[in-house]
Amino acid sequence: MAVSVDEAVSPGPVRDRRPPRRRSGGRGRVVIEVAVLAVLAAVMLFPVLWMIETSIKENRDVYAIPAKFFDFTVTLDHFKDVFVDSGGGPTTLSGSFLNSVIVAGVSTVLATVLGVPAAWAYSRFSVKAKKDQLFFILSTRFMPPVVVVIPIFLMYRQVGLFDTKLGLILIYTAFNVPFTIWMMKGFVDEVPAEYEDAAMLDGYTRLQAFWKFTLPLLLPGIAATAVFALIFSWNEFVFAIFLTSSDAVRTAPPAIAGLIGGTTVDWGLVAAASIVFALPVLVFSYLVRKHLVAGVTLGAVRR
Amino acid sequence: MGTVAVQGLRKSFGKVQALDGVTLDVPDGSFFVVLGPSGAGKTTTLRAIAGLEKLDAGSVHLDGKDATGDTPAARDLAMVFQSYALYPRLTAYENIASPLRARHRSSSEIAAAVEKMSNLLHIERLLQRRPAQMSGGEMQRVALARALVRQPRAFLMDEPLTNLDLKLRVEMRTELTRIHRSLGGTFIYVTNDQVEALSMADQVAVIKEGQVQQVGTPTEVYERPANKWVAGFVGSPSISLLACHAEGDRLVGADGWTLPRPRWTTAEDGRPLLLGLRAEDLSVERRGDASLSGELYGLEPLGDRTLVDVQIGSEIVKVKARPTVTGTPGERLQVTVDLDRAHLFDAGTGLALSEAGR
Repeated sequence: MAVSVDEAVSPGPVRDRRPPRRRSGGRGRVVIEVAVLAVLAAVMLFPVLWMIETSIKENRDVYAIPAKFFDFTVTLDHFKDVFVDSGGGPTTLSGSFLNSVIVAGVSTVLATVLGVPAAWAYSRFSVKAKKDQLFFILSTRFMPPVVVVIPIFLMYRQVGLFDTKLGLILIYTAFNVPFTIWMMKGFVDEVPAEYEDAAMLDGYTRLQAFWKFTLPLLLPGIAATAVFALIFSWNEFVFAIFLTSSDAVRTAPPAIAGLIGGTTVDWGLVAAASIVFALPVLVFSYLVRKHLVAGVTLGAVRR
Repeated sequence: MGTVAVQGLRKSFGKVQALDGVTLDVPDGSFFVVLGPSGAGKTTTLRAIAGLEKLDAGSVHLDGKDATGDTPAARDLAMVFQSYALYPRLTAYENIASPLRARHRSSSEIAAAVEKMSNLLHIERLLQRRPAQMSGGEMQRVALARALVRQPRAFLMDEPLTNLDLKLRVEMRTELTRIHRSLGGTFIYVTNDQVEALSMADQVAVIKEGQVQQVGTPTEVYERPANKWVAGFVGSPSISLLACHAEGDRLVGADGWTLPRPRWTTAEDGRPLLLGLRAEDLSVERRGDASLSGELYGLEPLGDRTLVDVQIGSEIVKVKARPTVTGTPGERLQVTVDLDRAHLFDAGTGLALSEAGR
């Protein structure tokens, strides 16, 4: 039977919006469950909560002892300080955010453009030593960045990629392409090859068949994969701090970390910058949450 | 024009030899059925003709021209897939229109062609639906319409009825024959269902393990199977095969029975043979000169007839009888044999003996 990819990859629970049926045990048990979950949530989310509070407190409240939980004056000055400096011009921090957007965005686009066709090829064609090739591709992700950063630093200095955005874009793309290939191959495998066969008999070329009939079915998978790649590039810290030196190139993670370490730390600014930094990832994840779950649980669901 | 000729097709998937020298000649305008059990290489043959499978060896000629290296689009063929392969995001209308859109036909021409097809296949009310909103039978009709909307060199059909329930399958069998008659064109139809093959085909090619066993009309394949495998595969219930050899004017069974030697047999005395007997050429109700004695093994009532299983020596022979036949297992009975319709095969090679006298 022909099924759309949406149906094919969405496990039931994602679509099922009915509230789950209460298990036996009655009200008492429900109360205990809610209480335990509330305590756990409070513990887990406390740092986030504290970060949000700090970002909207005035400086004297930030440093107040004992700490103020509720009765402080709300201010958005710290957020203004993230982007606008005392002279009215843009801050170096705002430049770092722009660098992050460029580096993460371009490397994600590159990884997707390179990885999706590769995944399609690995899924559809018989390639010599396919399993070995795929393992080799995966193996490039085995080592944590910190292991390879010194050799890459030395190489980058030689070829003039050190302290350039292009350098960061290339290294992030190199890290994201294997991930994209592996994740997208799963999605391509789910789309029957017969759609392309049928399209070729209709009179389309193989590439047209891929472009017109398979690619639209892959879009949810591409969105999920791209968000993962984007999150990796956006959050990456080790390469960013080792391979850049100037404020003009530095991305947000090392720039925010650089705010800590002077004689006095402006915690309000750190908190506000961190929130600005975390927001895009939260928004993107929210937008594609359905496909993220589908992507993560792919193959785990029996149909 | 629409002749398809394949010559010496060879294709292996890893260690599996899917096609082992398949040669077929499909005449223009015929309903050509490729029949075989699953895994015989039928679908691979079809995909090779369509250009979807890269061959290890062999050639494909379309209308007399070598098309072995051509892309599927250049071959000008249409195909119905076993899974239908309807584009899930397109409506039935757009699915049917797809082959015409790929060839840049005008929208008025497309609309006219889709309308003609939807009338022919009675799917007018489905045109705005997507595949997910259709039943299996409806998707099957849309898939057929997509293949039939053009006038290609030939229509390739890969077990198109397999996924339908029995009633629909019987209905579509008649329908396909009607469509073939009204549209003309060359149909190459792959199936593992011998009833489909016998009822629809002009020509049947029986294929097993990537090798063509026999090509002929349904009657030829049924009445004069080329070897014991074809005899066993075509026909339901399966033909009964009894080991025997010729001795003067008698056939002597391995289990000791004797029958008059059929007039047309040319086998020399003592050569190991297999006697092939179809259920309808045997009787437990008639009396005749040639008969075998055995024991009733069991009865299989099938409604319009009853199959009588008779044990002769160590073999079970199936006999077709009227539904009213009765008996108790173990009782002795005589099975009358219509020797003019019996088959003899060489026990070693499995090949049918020359039947020059028939």
